[in-house]
Amino acid sequence: MENSDAARTSRRNALLGVNLLRLITLLTALPVIGVIVYIIVRGAPALSWEFISAMPREGMRAGGILPAIMGTFYLTLGTAVFSVPLGVAAGIYIAEYAPDNRATRLVRIAIINLAGIPSVVYGLFGLGLFVLFLKFGTSILAASLTLSIMTLPVIISTTEEALRQVPNAFRVVSTSLGATRWQTIKRITLPQALPGVITGVILGLERAAGETAPIMFTGAAFFLPLLPQSPLDATMALPYHIFVISTSVPGMPVEIQYGTVLVLLIFVLGMNVIATLIRNRARARRQW
Amino acid sequence: MSAKISVQNLTLMYSDGVESLQNVSIDIIANAVNVLFGPAGGGKSTLLRALNRLNDLADVDTAQGKIVFNEQNILDPATDVIELRRKVGMVFSRPAPLPLSVYENVIYGLRLMGERNKSLLDERVEQSLRQAVLWDEVYDRLNDPGTSLSGGQQQRLCIARVLALEPEVIMLDEPTSALDPVSTAKIEGMLATLKERLTIILVPHNVQQAARTADYAGFFLQGRLVEYAPGKELFLKPREKETQDYVTGRFG
Repeated sequence: MENSDAARTSRRNALLGVNLLRLITLLTALPVIGVIVYIIVRGAPALSWEFISAMPREGMRAGGILPAIMGTFYLTLGTAVFSVPLGVAAGIYIAEYAPDNRATRLVRIAIINLAGIPSVVYGLFGLGLFVLFLKFGTSILAASLTLSIMTLPVIISTTEEALRQVPNAFRVVSTSLGATRWQTIKRITLPQALPGVITGVILGLERAAGETAPIMFTGAAFFLPLLPQSPLDATMALPYHIFVISTSVPGMPVEIQYGTVLVLLIFVLGMNVIATLIRNRARARRQW
Repeated sequence: MSAKISVQNLTLMYSDGVESLQNVSIDIIANAVNVLFGPAGGGKSTLLRALNRLNDLADVDTAQGKIVFNEQNILDPATDVIELRRKVGMVFSRPAPLPLSVYENVIYGLRLMGERNKSLLDERVEQSLRQAVLWDEVYDRLNDPGTSLSGGQQQRLCIARVLALEPEVIMLDEPTSALDPVSTAKIEGMLATLKERLTIILVPHNVQQAARTADYAGFFLQGRLVEYAPGKELFLKPREKETQDYVTGRFG
């Protein structure tokens, strides 16, 4: 009797614990859902074809936000051009080639710490290196490079992690059949890790797309009457545009503010959804 | 009987200082089933992995002695290990098809060599799968993933994959340890045919299998080769007490 009492108590406690965890999870999810719903409700009325396809008018108080959308698109693309090949290559090197010694551990720690640096520091670093020293000026090029440095640690770490998840048996088997290290990577390891790599790339770029601080010194403009014509032009961009219209333009219609935020949110969440779809698809197909 | 591979005074040490092979000398006899057996940790797998330099991947630190294959000491740093691994193929204890189709699994080694001739590849797939007694079961699902096959089929696929490279030696490290008796019988039966054309080194998964298959058998204990003799001799009239104890099941 005593035993079954104890068992009943412990079962009840377990149930209580699980429910408590459920409640806490719900509480953490609530604010996120709240913010998203609020932005959709307030921003949706501003959305129209004109809003996303026209230039701003009347000191940005009317018209569309095309230059900011295009700017964020260019910056994300520019960031991808620099950070993807470099980050993936570095991730491959660290996971597959680098010997496990002190130097490698130091590099890995450096990369992890790089991910923890506040984004405004990247902005100032980009200002010093790309804008002033390399004389790229405030431009898409300088801002993309700055965002690339910020994105690199994410891409390197996720690439490394994705490669490490590929079972070692594949490497041994491939080697035993006469493969060089690179042949094994090219034919087996990298294709198997690719969904993870792509997910990491998208998440890294998504963060770059939403950042304000790294681009405000290096490439983002308050207002430009024309779309950028070359990588050496400055550009408007969604995150910085949101900062500008919510702090520095008197008489700004609230719908435009929320509408712009909503567009950025769709841009970033869209990338997130794509990353999730790729990951789930790959997981379902994986043979190991 | 001639030696296909001659291991001479081989001592291998892991980088943590643990000796895994102590002064082992053994002649692997050509066109025979050479069985290496003994309790776990005896050094059998380590020896196999030395024979095709797969130890390069692990943290084996020092190697003393010689392994002579085709008149070459393969422990020589100048050895072309890629070429060596094509000639001395390896089948692992757990069936490990690569994440590719059945067809691509079989010709993986040939693809690595840059072989593109479709008719040659087709021919080699059929030939290798027939040798591995698998063709009749998979000829109509060559494009299915290798992992869609049953465990026993997967292991025969791994054997076919090695055979496709037309190796001189095939090493099987407890190839049937994860398989049912029927699949085991198929693989053991295959060995008798295969040895007509190539040299087989088998680490069996128990003494019974060792006794059933061995033309020559070597008993390994704690990194030493205790005894090496023709199979019948070793299992019926072992010279060493340690061998006798193990073979008769008194320990192990």
